[in-house]
Amino acid sequence: MTRHLPWILLALAGAACLGVVASVRGEPVNALWIVAAALCVYLVAYRYYARYIARVVVAVDPARATPAVRRADGLDYVATDRRVLFGHHFAAIAGAGPLVGPVLAAQMGYLPGTLWILAGVVLAGAVQDFMVLFISMRRDGRSLGELIRMEMGAVPGTIALVGAFMIMVIILAVLALIVVRALAESPWGLFTVVATVPLAMVMGGYTRWLRPGAIGEVSVIGVVGLVAAILLGQSVAASASLAPWFTLTPVALCVGLIGYGAVASLLPVWLLLAPRDYLSTFLKIGAIAALAIGIVLLAPPLRMPALTDFAATGRGPVWAGPLFPFLFITIACGAVSGFHALIASGTTPKLIASESDAAFIGYGAMLMESAVAIMALVAACILDPGIYLAMNAPAAITAGDPVTAAAAVSAMGFPVAPATLTETARQVGETTIISRAGGAPTLAVAMAEIFSHAIGGPAMKAFWYHFAILFEALFILTAVDAGTRAGRFMLHDLLALAVPRFRDTRGFAPGLVATLLCVGAWGFFLYQGVTDPLGGVNTLWPLFGISNQMLAAVALLLATVVLFRMKRARYAAVTVVPAAWLVLCTGTAGVMKLAHPDPAIGFLAHARRFAEAAARGEVLKPAKTLAEMHRIVLNDRIDAGLCALFLAVVAAILVYAVRACLAVRRLDRPSVSEIPPSGATA
Amino acid sequence: MSALWRRLAQTARLMVGQPDYDAYRRHLAEHHPEREAMTRAQFFREREAARYRGGSGRCC
Repeated sequence: MTRHLPWILLALAGAACLGVVASVRGEPVNALWIVAAALCVYLVAYRYYARYIARVVVAVDPARATPAVRRADGLDYVATDRRVLFGHHFAAIAGAGPLVGPVLAAQMGYLPGTLWILAGVVLAGAVQDFMVLFISMRRDGRSLGELIRMEMGAVPGTIALVGAFMIMVIILAVLALIVVRALAESPWGLFTVVATVPLAMVMGGYTRWLRPGAIGEVSVIGVVGLVAAILLGQSVAASASLAPWFTLTPVALCVGLIGYGAVASLLPVWLLLAPRDYLSTFLKIGAIAALAIGIVLLAPPLRMPALTDFAATGRGPVWAGPLFPFLFITIACGAVSGFHALIASGTTPKLIASESDAAFIGYGAMLMESAVAIMALVAACILDPGIYLAMNAPAAITAGDPVTAAAAVSAMGFPVAPATLTETARQVGETTIISRAGGAPTLAVAMAEIFSHAIGGPAMKAFWYHFAILFEALFILTAVDAGTRAGRFMLHDLLALAVPRFRDTRGFAPGLVATLLCVGAWGFFLYQGVTDPLGGVNTLWPLFGISNQMLAAVALLLATVVLFRMKRARYAAVTVVPAAWLVLCTGTAGVMKLAHPDPAIGFLAHARRFAEAAARGEVLKPAKTLAEMHRIVLNDRIDAGLCALFLAVVAAILVYAVRACLAVRRLDRPSVSEIPPSGATA
Repeated sequence: MSALWRRLAQTARLMVGQPDYDAYRRHLAEHHPEREAMTRAQFFREREAARYRGGSGRCC
């Protein structure tokens, strides 16, 4: 009992903090209540639930040799200190997702997002990450696709592979869209980001020829270069002759980004990708740590209400749709992210030294990512809601001008003066902040607010804003580059099923074709998002959320099948409950995006509206010609088709999972395809 | 203190896909003394290429 006492106190403290967060109305709540509540929840969940899953549900066996021990080679399979591995795993799972989703979800107030992030991570997200890590660890570190093939069969394996490729395409498109929204018409931002390309190449040359392996040195050079680029960017933006070169329209930036993606992913990795990866990884960790310290030091009050009217009406300007199911797909990373199943079955299981480390790494790192999501939510909610909405509402609502934007946002019940909007833009060194959807600029304004309080005061706001934009753009570009390569290899696997020539991943022609197909796929959705009158985020983010949560459902269904095969079905609720919830959310959201009669929500309703108008020869805004009208209709139908595809993938995997569980229930002994413990050789 | 520094450096390197070179040398010496070990630079380049060879990439 005495050993549980501190934990009981911690749980009570957490409950008290959550009570404050949930019950205070009318006066601003301090952000630290949310942070403290979240920390208590994480610690208690880790101490009890993670330990329960590890020791009772799957019964990890510290004596059993892990792949890192059994197949040790000093390269891919290396028994690694668990603290070192935690850092590796966290750096691999945490990206732009946990920073962007919560910012978009803030339109419903801070309460729904906070509760979903906390409940989601404890019961679904961290469970998924740990279970996939465990399953892969017992099978030589195989990948998710192979695990599904081994435990559920070849057909669901291929279905999951197709699903994973489509998710990759949507993720890349939505990430690229965030970069476009942040850098369009922003010469300062675009210059600093463009400057990272030659900077990374200098770093690449340094590690290639001068000092191979000197990552620390070259990263210091890189960071100095980045700061110089930000400072230089200010002069470029102020220069009448240089600024126009870096002031691009969204469409021009979109075309540039697609071209960049194709070229960058064909260059040797040491030249651009690897050195920029150092910068983006270290900057990401540094910025997250700085944000945490900043929030604790500043202890800002939340200016966003706990619940806004949009939570009830489902007609928010940032994204349309009711709280259920759309909140649960808007916040994916941070609560539960299917993409982690690919990471947890990637390099991490090959590096685990002992099975008893798996809960710390799998469950623990996901809790840490959830903390990042909480901080992003807090950051969005400390801003004046009027500024938040003016930044995130699409141009169709704000009309892009401070006066019209202030009027539109004030009409929503969040009064804001046009002067406030222009003044905020001036402070962060931009000409406008209106309709900069996508989450990244909002987060950058909040980070500038927090950081400038600690270092530099208001004079440094513009620097910190562009630092935050650079940090987000940098790791998004790294993800675009690395993701295009990963997508290309997935495509090789899939195409090889039909055309065996594609098995040759090193050949020039198959490589080029697969790369162009991959870039073309995400480029299509990016272009569609950039030219979308509703800002693109409204279309692409739900597709991303649905696909990501769908993959999480697939991973949890796999975990359920494995529990049945282990003859541990009595504990299956641990994975069945979150899997059922995710199937329900993605299923409902998918059907709504497909068939909802409101054109703001349903793709087909939107298509019908434009098709009928086009048939009458009418041109609806934002289209200017009939040809554009037809393109909008086509885009809507493609999006609807994608939704239907995602629904079909979940349904198919669900059927296969249920069939597999029923079949193994009839067996009288375990039927897993684990590597037996006796297979251990040094 | 130096142990902590070493572990931090090791964490930072593994975050960008570079495992510990000393551990690799130790493994070869113990299990495959007949094989010639890669130099530090070769090891770095081999791991750099391996990090982006297919696989799952990074999260969103």
